[in-house]
Amino acid sequence: MGEAIKAINLTKAFGKFVAVDHINFEVKEGEIFGFLGPNGAGKSTTIKMLTTVLKPTEGTAIVNGYDIIKEPAKVRNSIGVVPQEFTADEDLTGWENVMLMAGLYGIKKDVAKERAKELLDMVELTQAMNIKVQTYSGGMRRRLEITMSLISRPKILFLDELTLGLDAQTRSAIWNYIMKLKKEYGMTIFVTTHYLEEADLYADRIAIIDHGKILSIGSPKELKESIGGDVVTLSTSNDDEAMKLLQNLDGIIDIKKVDNMLRIKVKDGEEMAPQILERLIKSGVKVLKMSITEPTMDEVYMEYTGRKMRNEESDSKEVFAMRRTLRRARG
Amino acid sequence: MAEEIQNREEVDRSPFHGLWTLSNRELKKWYKAPVIFLLSIIQPIFWIALFGKAMNLQTLFSGTALSIPGLNIPKDIIDQIGQEILKQTFGTTDYFSYLAAGMLSFITLFTSMQSGMSMIWDRRLGVLDRLLTTTVSRSNIIISKVLSSVIRSLVQATIVLVVAILLGMSFYPGINIFDFLGAYTALFLISFGLSSLFLVIAIRASSWESQMAVMNLLNLPLLFTSNAFYPINSMPSWLKPIAEINPLTYSNAVIRGMLLGIQTNLTIDFIYIAVFAIVLSIVGIILSWKYISS
Repeated sequence: MGEAIKAINLTKAFGKFVAVDHINFEVKEGEIFGFLGPNGAGKSTTIKMLTTVLKPTEGTAIVNGYDIIKEPAKVRNSIGVVPQEFTADEDLTGWENVMLMAGLYGIKKDVAKERAKELLDMVELTQAMNIKVQTYSGGMRRRLEITMSLISRPKILFLDELTLGLDAQTRSAIWNYIMKLKKEYGMTIFVTTHYLEEADLYADRIAIIDHGKILSIGSPKELKESIGGDVVTLSTSNDDEAMKLLQNLDGIIDIKKVDNMLRIKVKDGEEMAPQILERLIKSGVKVLKMSITEPTMDEVYMEYTGRKMRNEESDSKEVFAMRRTLRRARG
Repeated sequence: MAEEIQNREEVDRSPFHGLWTLSNRELKKWYKAPVIFLLSIIQPIFWIALFGKAMNLQTLFSGTALSIPGLNIPKDIIDQIGQEILKQTFGTTDYFSYLAAGMLSFITLFTSMQSGMSMIWDRRLGVLDRLLTTTVSRSNIIISKVLSSVIRSLVQATIVLVVAILLGMSFYPGINIFDFLGAYTALFLISFGLSSLFLVIAIRASSWESQMAVMNLLNLPLLFTSNAFYPINSMPSWLKPIAEINPLTYSNAVIRGMLLGIQTNLTIDFIYIAVFAIVLSIVGIILSWKYISS
């Protein structure tokens, strides 16, 4: 398996502000690669460079074997992009929008019709394809955008904030369509997202980006392990004594007392729990409650970016609402 | 390899692919929205019917309106003097036809000016970014907008022409199809140039407010520094050189020469507007390569 995308010192500066700062990463052929980070981290700028919309200030990237600076036309021929915004024309029907995209790629009419039918069928839009887009729901619009970007049979699909502003149910439905399409056409998928659970659930590998730099890269499992494994939470008859006893036990990374509970960070929870119990019981400390939790992507994210995700979400909802208003204003 | 060969059969990758698709997209927004379409058709009718008929200098010079106390000048002499003044000034005694010909360039100017707006909307709504990721060439994005704007302008101009004829516009005797072709060529060129000009202005803009301000700033000066309403000869000396570089002056001259038979140097006129159209569209294409994205 080769590399679908390879970023080499990819950099974009707007004046003095460096949006993307010498990033390097590789996306393997056929994988789903998640780009995770807060607003303004440089996710969209990276996608725009990889899709030849923006020119890098420094460095370059190889997409499907072609240099984004030297061979942009060949890159464009290999990719499909589902942008953050809804770009389908409101006044046209879903079908007309898909055929319009086909026209932009110069796909012959009869070929385009066949592909459009197949794709619309796969995302279950056949019923609505002859209705104007302005009557579509958010989920339907996203499905249409996906169809539009797949009409050229791209090798690599870029999804910028795929599920932004959609409710949880629609989000998982959209992801189901994506997985189905990926199974059928086997493309590489590069996705930026705000939603940690989505990245965790669907991405093969994730890069966490903030302030234009990649902070960490790996599979969801690797990332979770990288921040220090599991957490064993204990409630004992004598917490202070227990803390002292456990301090020098091998495999324990950190012990904290939080809300009358001991939070013990360990490398491997399942292995450490019996050892912890044994030592405490031997020394006469009674264990009242015990639980083992694996780290969530939330914790991973917080560890690397120093922020919680929740605030970001509401930000993006505002952006989304603004866009809708803008669209309506145009009429 | 096999895949690539198959690809070639399914896909047309001439340099112009997508051009008509994009132009048609712009035009659909116009003719598929009945209200916008109707309003844009009514607008030129208002201009020609209200302005054209109200500002009819012809009535000033018809003898019946003139009677100087104490002087008993025969009406036909006054008429003749009036006719002569009109002829000297405008090259024809039929001021309504003179004005109607100017209106054709005028409506073309107003329609072409809007070309930049769709660029700004596409940028703001993210449509432009999506277009930039497709295989359509950057210059086709610009040319499609120019082309759709030109088509709109010519349709609008045709409506003005038909309404003007209904209201009494008359052509020189012996007019033929080539005169109309010539007039439309002039309109095509002027619209091509003007649409390119306003697209160039909009190429980096993201605010439609500033584009509107530029449009409002330029529309009336462009109109009044041309010979749309009155000939260059009757302009003050400081205005003449401005009128002489205004491309609308030349398209007006061509249309009047072709349709009304008013004397003009067609060769120079045509060369001037052709150069105007070619230079601005080339500038537009070059800038689109450089600046459509940063």
